[in-house]
Amino acid sequence: MLKAVILIGGPQKGTRFRPLSLDTPKPLFPIAGKPLIQHHIEACVKLPECREILIIGSYTTTHMAQFVSDMQKEYHVIIRYLQEFTPLGTGGGLYHFRDQIRAGNPSAFFLLNGDVCADFPLKQLWYFHQERSNALVTIMGTEATREQSVHYGCLVLEEPSKSVTHYVEKPNSYVSTLINCGVYVCSLNVFHIMADAFQRKQDGFYSGNGQGTPHPGYMSWEQDVLAPLAGTKKMYAMQVTNWWSQVKTAGSAIYANRHYLMLSNKQDEDAKKDICHVFSEVFIHPSASVDPTAVIGPNVSIGAGVTIKAGVRIKESIILNNATIHEHSLVMYSVVGQEASVGEWSRVEGTPSDPDPNKPFAKMDNTPLFNTDGRLNPSVSILGAGVVVPAETILLNSIVLPHKHLTRSFKHEIIL
Amino acid sequence: MCGTDKKLGEIRALILVGGYGTRLRPLTLSRPKPLVEFANKPILMHQIEALVDAGVTQVILAVSYRADDMEKELTEQVSKLGVSLTFSHETEPLGTAGPLALASEFLSSSPEPFFVLNSDVICDFPFKELAKYHRSHGKEGTIVVTKVEEPSKYGVVVYQDDGQIESFVEKPQEFISNKINAGMYILNPSVLSRIELRPMSIEKEVFPFMARDGQLHAMELQGFWMDVGQPKDFLTGMCLYLTSLRQKNSNKLYDGTGVVGNVLIDPTAKIGKGCRIGPNVTIGPDVIIEDGACIKRSTILRGACVRQHAWLDGCIVGWRSVVGRWVRMENTTVLGEDVIVKDELYVNGGQVLPHKSIALSVPEPQIIM
Repeated sequence: MLKAVILIGGPQKGTRFRPLSLDTPKPLFPIAGKPLIQHHIEACVKLPECREILIIGSYTTTHMAQFVSDMQKEYHVIIRYLQEFTPLGTGGGLYHFRDQIRAGNPSAFFLLNGDVCADFPLKQLWYFHQERSNALVTIMGTEATREQSVHYGCLVLEEPSKSVTHYVEKPNSYVSTLINCGVYVCSLNVFHIMADAFQRKQDGFYSGNGQGTPHPGYMSWEQDVLAPLAGTKKMYAMQVTNWWSQVKTAGSAIYANRHYLMLSNKQDEDAKKDICHVFSEVFIHPSASVDPTAVIGPNVSIGAGVTIKAGVRIKESIILNNATIHEHSLVMYSVVGQEASVGEWSRVEGTPSDPDPNKPFAKMDNTPLFNTDGRLNPSVSILGAGVVVPAETILLNSIVLPHKHLTRSFKHEIIL
Repeated sequence: MCGTDKKLGEIRALILVGGYGTRLRPLTLSRPKPLVEFANKPILMHQIEALVDAGVTQVILAVSYRADDMEKELTEQVSKLGVSLTFSHETEPLGTAGPLALASEFLSSSPEPFFVLNSDVICDFPFKELAKYHRSHGKEGTIVVTKVEEPSKYGVVVYQDDGQIESFVEKPQEFISNKINAGMYILNPSVLSRIELRPMSIEKEVFPFMARDGQLHAMELQGFWMDVGQPKDFLTGMCLYLTSLRQKNSNKLYDGTGVVGNVLIDPTAKIGKGCRIGPNVTIGPDVIIEDGACIKRSTILRGACVRQHAWLDGCIVGWRSVVGRWVRMENTTVLGEDVIVKDELYVNGGQVLPHKSIALSVPEPQIIM
């Protein structure tokens, strides 16, 4: 028997995903028509041995209850949400709920960061882990560019055993182009290592004066567990070439949307052609109302209850539930929030922030919101929930916070 | 009255066409400025028709470059109006007065006064009234003046209640007058003695001396006036011209479904379903506007095509250009001849040279070579 743990953090995390994360917790943001972490769940349930999925985070249970119950119904495995009483870090939450994870004595458990997206090769990862009897942790690793690698956890391997001899989280200078994907298989004995780490944390906490130190239960999985495990021959990495990315910004949501759409099966393509003119891949929720003269795609997800009027063009965008896109308008490289409205002959346009296609292994550049001159960096445009864009205006590379009714065009602005 | 009208029939006119019309590029890279259509008619034809209407029988065009095609095309068009066209070629630019000396042979062939006008002016041409007023005061010259809101940007004309001009003041800092020279005159042949065959400015080197001698009067223009020599003013002038057509209850204005405000559409143009055209739009011959396009304050020249769902505001679309589907163009965007703007692009204040295909948006005003 196997289990899976998905770490989703809490409302203090995912701020780079604002204003989209103001209404919906980022882990539940729909990508290719499914909440972000439903893609994790789908990857887990493909393994019949995986009998329980535990979601750990500090979002209140009310935020997660509906989702968990929906998932439970859809996938026929045990899915539970475990709420941390306070944010405990990536390791603290895991350690706090160790008894829940150990219950039933699973052979091992998958550990998945909630803010990544990938074509998760969980089966290969599990086989790889099984082949190494002394492995406590197997990390899914992938190649990055030399410049970008320093933004991730960097791994150095010993060949041919693939044991991790060195691990540094976000190094200041170049260490290795092999990076940690935030996807792991762990044996239950990892909790012994975590107990030692926890003890060290406790000792540190009680030897200080209580000022400026985090909660005694706080623990970083990467820094307090993985880094010390390097060089002990108890941690291994499996290098993969599957598609993988972090989901930090709204721009990466559109990038993830494209890849998840390509991965999802294409059996309904013909049905979509009947709805309107479609460039693959697109997801159109069955309850959306789409005029036959609209032209949609590639890379578009249209949520439940959305209305797309005549002559509308949408590409490279996510349209959330119950939004309305009026006649002749164009939406590209943008996210349109729930209940938002785009007026006729308007143009909502953002700038794509895909990885550099000319560089092998390049990842998304999660550029900061502002550049060094204090100007907004070009990025996807985002309409928060309930935003109204009037007719015949242009919204270019801008972010509009929820429920704002615009009265004119905006370019390169954040509209509060 | 009959006698007066007959006399008017002997009047000649000189139009100062001048150089290449660089201010109206990129349109004038393909076609000489006088032939660029303003409200579906070459700019020069607006003036010539008004002159013919006032009884002018000979029009002299002062040009500083040779353009055989222009001469051929204009001669053809003008001959239908029963007026003769003479080209007076400058070998070097002679300014605003020098061309009169160059053409003095024609202008002094009778004692009748003649009209002089700058070629970029569009207004309700007042040539009949101008001739009448000129005869009534008996002085050497009369210039048409028009009221402007910000006189400090121009040279203003100061004149008495009876119309006699006292002085010209360049860019006055303190208000002394809000009337400026509208670029239309009627002059007696005697004025030619004040002009030499050299580059010379009529505004600076002729009129001030005529005013000093008490020989120059001003007549205020009624209605709109615009120098349409550059794209921004070309569009403003078009709005004023269409408004004036509306006031005259002209049947030229288009009236149909999907049309808002004053719109001029050539009968050979095709307009698709679900479009919104206007206010202030001129659509030339053989133009195709596809379904669901929205066009405001723009001129679409002959043979151009605006494809589905495009949105245009404040644009001049050159001859045979194609504006792609879902394109947004605004802020005095000017497409030269035969330009292609690919689908879904945004063009903000782009000036696009002829025969160019644009595949990338132009988010800030710039010239596209």
